[in-house]
Amino acid sequence: MADSITAERREIVAGFKFANNAVSIEAAPAASRTNLRATTAGAKSFGKSISLELPTIMHETASKAGRHALKLGPDEWLLIDTKNINDSMVPRLANKNFSAVDISHRNCAFVISGAGAANTLNTACPRDLSLAAFPVGTCSRTLFGKAEVVLYRTAKDTFRLECWRTFATYVRDYLMDGAKDAHI
Amino acid sequence: MTKSSSQPYRIKGAGTLSRARTVQFTFDGKSYEGLEGDTLASALLANGVHLMGRSFKYHRPRGVMSAGVEEPSALMNITRDNARTNPNVRASVQELYDGMKAESQNRFPSLSFDVGAVNSLLSPAFVAGFYYKTFKWPAKAWDKLYEPFIRRAAGLGESPTEEDPDRYSNRFAHCDVLIIGGGAAGLMAAKTAAAKKQSVIICDENPKMGGWLLADSDVRIDGKSGAQWAADTVAELQAMDNVRVLTRTTGFGYFQQNMVALNERVTDHLSRPDPDLPRERMWQVRAKKVVIAQGSIERHMVFSGNDRPGVVLAGAAQMWLNQHGVAVGHTVGVYAACDTGYAAAFDLYEAGVNVAAIIDHRAEVSEDLLDQAKTHGIEVHTNANITSTSGRLRINGMTVETSNGETKEFEVDALLMAGGWTPSLHLSSQSRAKPAWDEATQRFLPGVSPQDCVNIGGCNGLDDLDAVFAEAIKAVGGKKTKIEITDDVSTAGGAIGIVGPEEHKGKAFVDFQNDVTAKDIKLAVREGMHSIEHVKRYTTNGMATDQGKLSNMHGLAIAAKLLGKSIPEVGLTTFRAPYTPTTFGSFVGHDRGSLFDPNRKTPIHDWAVEQGATFEPVSLWQRAWYFPKGDEDMHSAVDRECQTVRKAAGVFDASTLGKIEVVGPDAAAFMDKMYTNGWSKLKAGRAKYGIMCREDGFIYDDGVVGKLSDTRFHVTTTTGGAPRVLNHMEDYLQTEFPDMQVWLTSTTEQWATIAVQGPKAREIIEPLVSGANISDEKFPHMSVIECKVCGVPARLFRISFTGELGFEINVPAGYGRAVWEAVWDRAEPMGACAYGTEAMHVLRAEKGYIIVGQDTDGTVTPHDADLSWAVAKSKPDYVGKRGLQRPDLVADGRRQLVGLKTKDPNKVLEEGAQIVRDPEQAIPMKMIGFVTSSYWSGTLGQSIAMAVVEDGFNMMGKSLYVPMPDETIEVEVTGTVFYDPKGEKLNG
Repeated sequence: MADSITAERREIVAGFKFANNAVSIEAAPAASRTNLRATTAGAKSFGKSISLELPTIMHETASKAGRHALKLGPDEWLLIDTKNINDSMVPRLANKNFSAVDISHRNCAFVISGAGAANTLNTACPRDLSLAAFPVGTCSRTLFGKAEVVLYRTAKDTFRLECWRTFATYVRDYLMDGAKDAHI
Repeated sequence: MTKSSSQPYRIKGAGTLSRARTVQFTFDGKSYEGLEGDTLASALLANGVHLMGRSFKYHRPRGVMSAGVEEPSALMNITRDNARTNPNVRASVQELYDGMKAESQNRFPSLSFDVGAVNSLLSPAFVAGFYYKTFKWPAKAWDKLYEPFIRRAAGLGESPTEEDPDRYSNRFAHCDVLIIGGGAAGLMAAKTAAAKKQSVIICDENPKMGGWLLADSDVRIDGKSGAQWAADTVAELQAMDNVRVLTRTTGFGYFQQNMVALNERVTDHLSRPDPDLPRERMWQVRAKKVVIAQGSIERHMVFSGNDRPGVVLAGAAQMWLNQHGVAVGHTVGVYAACDTGYAAAFDLYEAGVNVAAIIDHRAEVSEDLLDQAKTHGIEVHTNANITSTSGRLRINGMTVETSNGETKEFEVDALLMAGGWTPSLHLSSQSRAKPAWDEATQRFLPGVSPQDCVNIGGCNGLDDLDAVFAEAIKAVGGKKTKIEITDDVSTAGGAIGIVGPEEHKGKAFVDFQNDVTAKDIKLAVREGMHSIEHVKRYTTNGMATDQGKLSNMHGLAIAAKLLGKSIPEVGLTTFRAPYTPTTFGSFVGHDRGSLFDPNRKTPIHDWAVEQGATFEPVSLWQRAWYFPKGDEDMHSAVDRECQTVRKAAGVFDASTLGKIEVVGPDAAAFMDKMYTNGWSKLKAGRAKYGIMCREDGFIYDDGVVGKLSDTRFHVTTTTGGAPRVLNHMEDYLQTEFPDMQVWLTSTTEQWATIAVQGPKAREIIEPLVSGANISDEKFPHMSVIECKVCGVPARLFRISFTGELGFEINVPAGYGRAVWEAVWDRAEPMGACAYGTEAMHVLRAEKGYIIVGQDTDGTVTPHDADLSWAVAKSKPDYVGKRGLQRPDLVADGRRQLVGLKTKDPNKVLEEGAQIVRDPEQAIPMKMIGFVTSSYWSGTLGQSIAMAVVEDGFNMMGKSLYVPMPDETIEVEVTGTVFYDPKGEKLNG
C-alpha cells in the first residue's frame, strides 16, 4: 500500500527568475544527477550504460539527448539528465571500476545568461571566464563566494551553475547582488 | 549663511573647466560656488580659501599642499547624510559635487580659532618619543589616565556612528597586461599593448587620465597639447573591445603571482548616485604582465615655516592653474631646488599672477631658465634660501638669505615649493622588488621584481617624455615609433633633507600630518635610533594616513646626514598595501548581512518554523533547538520533549548529519584503515558505530556507518565534521592508500534524514515503508536496508541516539518535507512529539553517548572516552594505531570521561566548570578535570553530567568538588550511562 504514496519533490528555489538589463538568472528545473568516479575502463563502461561517451579531457563536456557529462577531475564526472529527472543513472550492479552515486537532490542549478553573465559570476568567482580561457562547452568546479559550485558554459552568454541545495539561497542572493553592476 | 562673491581666484581662460556647470557646496557651514570638474581643494582655492585643516599634534593651521593623494593636511569630513559621513577625505582628490557638505577636522571650536593650538606653545614638551617617555609610570595610571587620554588624542576625524547603507561590490578579472597609472607612460603602454590585440586593463586613480600632462601647458605631442593627446588616447582605448579603462581606480595592493587589487570609486563624485550602483568596487585582477606607471610625487622643501596655509607644491599650483583654472594667490614666491619651480612660476606669470621671486637653493641653474625668468622680469636668487615665513592663518611673507648673506623680505600670499620628484616605488616594493639607490640622482629607483612586472615612466626615474614613450612601448613589446614631442619641460634637480641653515628658529616640518619636524628626527638619532625603522616609530614620521609619501625621503636624509652614513645604510622602510587608505566597505564587498555566510537550512526547516520552533546555529546550519508549546519556556519544552520520546515517540530532523558514500571493491579495506574498529566482517545490511582517529590517536569524529553491500558504505559524520572528515579521508586515500580502488562522494545534501525514536517508533513508520520487513526479528538494532518510504526510494536505518527503539529514514532531500509530514501525520495522533537538538542532547547524555567536540576536545583518545570496545585489537593497522601506543597515551591517570551526579539532585552543573579533589586546598587549587556536558534529566528527576577527570575510571563512587563563584558543589563520580544501563529498550 505504501508504494502508492508518491511524495512531492520540492526544489529549493523552484521557479526563481530574475532579470535586469545585463543578465537573467533562473532556477533550472529539477534534474537527475550522478557523481561518477571511475578508472578509464570504468568511465567507458559507464558511458555505454547511459549511451553517452564521457569526455576524457579535464574541463570538457559531452551532451546528448538531454544528458550532459562534465569532467570535473582526473577521475571524476558530473552527469546531469534534464529529461528523465526521476530516474537514477546508477546501475543496479556494482562495477569494480567505478563508483556511481545518485546526487539528484544534492545539487540544484541556476542558468545565468546575457551579456553581463560572466561579469555577474566574476563578482564572486575568481576564474577567468573570457571565451578564450573558458570556451563554450567548458566546465569547472570552482568557488562562488563561499560556496563550492560547478560552472558549465552552455553558450557564449549562458552558464549553468550547479551548487549544493542548502547553498542555493546564498548563491541566488549573491548573484542578484552581483547583477546590479554587471553592466559596467 | 553668507554667500561669497564668485570665485575670485578663478582665472578666465585658464584650465579646462571654462564651460563647466556651476555647483554649490558648503565648507564648515559656509556656502561656496565651484565648477563641475573641480576637486574640493581647487574649488576652495578658487574662493581664496587656503585654511583647510589643523595639524594632528600641534593643531597648527594648515592649507592644502598638493593636488594628489599625497596630501597630508587638507583632510575633510564629507557628509551626505547621517550614515554617510566620511572622515579624512583628502580635499586634493575629492571631486566636487552639487550639494557637497565638507567640514574641517581636528579643531575646536572653529578652524580659525582652535584651543588645541595651545599644544604648539607647549611643543618643547611634545618632542619625539613623547609618549614613550611620559606614559611609563606609575603602572596604575595606565588604565585610568594614560590610555583614555591617548585614545582621546589619537586618530583623526570621527567615525560614522550608523551602519553604512552603501553597497560595495567586487569583480575578479584577468588580462594579458594590467597597467597601473594612466599618465603619459601608462597610456602609451596601453595603446601599444592594445594594438597588439592583448587584453588590457588600465587604471588611474584620478577622474581623468593624463597624469602630469594635465598640468603641463607647454608640451606638444604630435602637435597636440598633453591633455588633448591623453583625452584622444583614452577615447581610442575605450572604443576597443580588448581594453578596459578604469578611472577613479587605485591600484593599491600588489600580491602574489601578479594578483593586483584595485579600488574603483564608482559614485563618490556624484551628487545623487543611483542606489543600485556600488559606492566602490574592488577589482581583483590576475595579470599575465603588470606595467607599473605610478609616476612620481613632488617633494616639499624642509625649512622653517614651511607649513603655513598658502605654502604649496609647485606642481600642484601648476595643476590647479592648467586643469582647474585656479591661481593659488595674487603674489607668489617660489622656493626651488628643481626646475619644476620655474615652469610653475612661468605659467602663473603668464596667467597674470605676480611672481615675487624665485629663490633657488641651487648654485647652478640652467641658463635657459634664467633667461626666461629675465624675459618675464622675475627676480631669481640662486644659492639662496628661505629662512622663515610669516602669517597666522595664511602666509603673508617670506624671509630670504641670499648667496652673499643678505636678508631680504618679500610679501607673498602663496609660496611654491619645488623640492624635486620622488619616484613612487609603492607597488614595485609590494611586488617584492628591493628599491635600488641611485647615487647620481639621489633617489631610490625600482629594483628587479621577482614577478612579471615592469616599471615605466616617472616611477622608474624618467622624466624626458621621449624616453618615457620609448620605455612604455618597449615594456609591452611594441615597435619603436616616431612621436613628435616639442617643448618638453625639465624636472631636473631636487633636494632631500634640510635646505638652508641647519638650525631653524621655527619649525621645519618633515611630516605635516603627524607634525614631525627636522628637530624631532635629529633628536631621535641623538637618542640612539640609528635605523630608519626606529626613527620612524620613535618620531611617527611617515606613519600618518599619507604613509610618508612626502616625508620619508626627507626623514631618511636628515637621519643619514647626522649619522654620517649613506642613505641605503640607514634604510628605506618597506611599502605595504594599501597604497592609499582604502575603505573597509571595499574589502567587505558583498559579504555582509545574509551574504556574509551561507545559511544552511534542511528541507524540513520551514515546517519547524511553522511549528514555532526556536533555532540554534550549528556550524553553518540552522537547527530546530526546541519546539515550545503555548507559553512553555525552554526548560519545560525540553523536559516534555524528552519524556514524550521515552514514553511514546519523537520525530527529529537529523538531515544535517554529514554523509559520505564510500564505494569500490576496496571500500571495506579502506574503512578498516580509517576507523578504529573492523568493517570487513560486518555483514551487508548491518550498521555499526565507528570512531575515527587522527594519526596521533585522538578522536577526530564518530558516527554510525551502514554497510549497504560489500562495496558500498553509507557513512555518517557529525554535523560540523562533514567537510573535514571527507578531506581527511580523501587525503589518506590519495597519499597513503593510493593503491586502493575506492571512491568517496559527499551525500550530506542528497538525503533528508528523519529520526523516529521511542517505543512507538515502529508503529508510526511501518505503514509508510514498503519493500522491507522492519520487525525486530528481521530488522534488529543496527540494521540498514534500501526500501521505499511513501513510495520514495529510501535508506532506512534501525539506530538510536536516544536509547529507545529508533529508526532513521533517509529519503532524497526534495522529498524530505513530504515524507516528514507523512510521518508526522501518523506520529502526532499517537502522542509523539517533534523534538529539537536540546532534547536530543539530553536524551543521548542520559545514555552516555558522547558528542565529538563537546565531550572530546582533540586530546581525548577512544580509551579515555571509555570506548575501548570500539577499538579493534587485532587489526594490523589503522589511522591512529601507532599514536595510541605512545607512552603518554597509555600512561595511568589520564583524564577520562566519567559521569557526575550532584549530591543535590536539583543542582545543574555549568558546562566547562573545573573540578577539584579537595575544596579546602589553598587557591590556586589543582584542577583535575572539567564538566563537558550537563543537563537536567526530567526522566530521571535529577541533574546529570559528563566530565573528563584525571584517573576518572578509578574514582567511581568518590566525591569531587566543583567550585563556583558563589558555592562549591559536591558531585559523585559515576559511569556515563544514566538511563537503561542494560540497553533493553533498544531492542523492542
